[in-house]
Amino acid sequence: MSPLIEAIDLTKSYDDGTRALRGASFTVQEGEFVAIMGPSGSGKSTLLHILGFLDPQSSGTFRFRGKTLNEMSHEEIARVRNEELGFVFQQFNLLPRQTVLSNVILPMYYSSVPKREWEERARTAVEQVDLTHRIDHEAFTLSGGEKQRVAIARALVNNPNLIFADEPTGNLDTKSGKAVMDILKSLHEQGHTVILITHDMEIAKHAKRMLYIRDGMLESDTQT
Amino acid sequence: MACSKVTHKRKMKLINTVELALHGLGTKPSRTFLTLLGIAIGVAAVIAIASLGAGTRGLIIAEISGLGADVIAVQPGRPPTGLADIGSVFYAETLTQKDIDAVLRKENVPHAVNAQPFVLVPGAVTYGNETYYPQIIGGGAEFYRDVFDVYPEEGVMYGDSDTNEKAAVAVIGYKVNKELFGQSSGLNEKITISGKKFKVVGVLPKLGQVAFAEVDEMVMIPHTTAMTYLLGQTHFNEFIVQVDDPANVARTELDIEATLRDTHDLEPGEENDFAIRTPSQLMEQVDTILLSLTIFLSAVVAIALVVGGIGIMNIMLVSVTERTREIGLRKAVGATNGDILTQFLLEAMLLTMLGGAFGILVGGAFAYLAGVLINTYTQLEWTFALPYEAVLGALLFTMFIGLVFGIYPARKASRKSPMEALRYE
Repeated sequence: MSPLIEAIDLTKSYDDGTRALRGASFTVQEGEFVAIMGPSGSGKSTLLHILGFLDPQSSGTFRFRGKTLNEMSHEEIARVRNEELGFVFQQFNLLPRQTVLSNVILPMYYSSVPKREWEERARTAVEQVDLTHRIDHEAFTLSGGEKQRVAIARALVNNPNLIFADEPTGNLDTKSGKAVMDILKSLHEQGHTVILITHDMEIAKHAKRMLYIRDGMLESDTQT
Repeated sequence: MACSKVTHKRKMKLINTVELALHGLGTKPSRTFLTLLGIAIGVAAVIAIASLGAGTRGLIIAEISGLGADVIAVQPGRPPTGLADIGSVFYAETLTQKDIDAVLRKENVPHAVNAQPFVLVPGAVTYGNETYYPQIIGGGAEFYRDVFDVYPEEGVMYGDSDTNEKAAVAVIGYKVNKELFGQSSGLNEKITISGKKFKVVGVLPKLGQVAFAEVDEMVMIPHTTAMTYLLGQTHFNEFIVQVDDPANVARTELDIEATLRDTHDLEPGEENDFAIRTPSQLMEQVDTILLSLTIFLSAVVAIALVVGGIGIMNIMLVSVTERTREIGLRKAVGATNGDILTQFLLEAMLLTMLGGAFGILVGGAFAYLAGVLINTYTQLEWTFALPYEAVLGALLFTMFIGLVFGIYPARKASRKSPMEALRYE
């Protein structure tokens, strides 16, 4: 069986000439908890965009379940994003004027989940991040930690294999950050693959494996 | 838990997209309202025009059916080419007693049972110190009664014997009586028209309009008397032919035409110097005028709607830019380009259609109020009508406007790269 993610010599250059990635190769198996570490500007966010089907690489090969981006249609890519991937962003990216519940329901609009199940599934996901008491509040009224937990619930709701967390604690205080990390850890224990992007060694320690990126190159790959 | 799952058809249901689009409009209610106002005003204008047009048509149909289906009007001069041309018809002098005699001969027009000429008399009527300017018509009162169902309240309609004797008799309308005699009846009194005294033999009740004539303001005297003593003319302004059966009207029209061409010595190919009008022809003319009016006004309104549509496009472009991050997020969680396109396109179309629906309400209400005012302040019997073609057309057209002007912003939204959209500040 092919690995979940297979990256071979990935590079990425931007139009302004920046070479954000200069050849990174690694594989991630289903069920792993991997931290991609590196100082800011090292290319780790660029890597995440490639792995998350948000932006194509400039050269090299990226396979998801053995398939490259080129082998997939636009609809197939949207389906992968919808069913197999969940994103947790540093900026939360919630719809501020919508309630917690509607924010969590959002990915199901684009899924094959029948509408009658939407609310129940969303409630279950909100329960998992322990925010049921805030479920009818509009997103902009929440604290940063609460927002990030909503974002995790949203990432969970379609039950994806792979959860990307891009500096999920970057905008949070220590206590909220710990709560978010606990949730990510428990997701990993439930069998989800988690890829965590961070510049913070303390956060990265929660993961089982660490990929260290510097200047667009993979510097080390260690099990913790 | 992270197991493989079955992928069914993952097409977003239209109803869900409609819900999304409605929600999008709902987040900025005042902007939404102002934007749809541009469309609503245009549509309100269309609906008001259509409704008032239908009401006008209803009024005219009622008048025309009052003419009776079995009468044909013959007027001098060539057929009028439009409203402004009608004047030329009344000054032509081509119809005389000779024509009526020819039309009444069975071998010429077999289905004509009667014919009655009419002349118009300018001037005033006086009684004592009272003077009034009515519509003075020289014609047969009995004929008028039989064809138009107009019966006097007091006295009688004078008949053919009075016409043949050039008698100085008159039938007066309700308002004429009121102006000259106040509350009392003018029956058997003598009124003066152009220095000649006429005896009032009949007074009409309040009738309003009958066959396009304001009967209440009418004085009717025998055409022979009018032509001999008041006008000194031998031609008529119009004559009306009664046909034995409505089914024979079309045939009789042709017979009259042939007869009059003969009496007028017209060469083949020469244009008629008279016009024959039947109620159905009249209806066609009215429809033509109303239609051209409606088309003209609709064209003006269409321009207004296009301007409104550009406003919609403008607002949608602003909205797409403002919601760049939302678009990025939706794509990151699995929206296809098509999903985004549909969402924004539906939003634009809902916007224009809401504008359309609002416009229909406002336009309909305006036309309804206008009808109430017409009924209150005039003697017309206006019936409110809201043609469903106009309502349907307005809705379809606004939908179309939404589609045309929504497609560009929606395409722009759908083509945003998810990563760049998410980074947008």
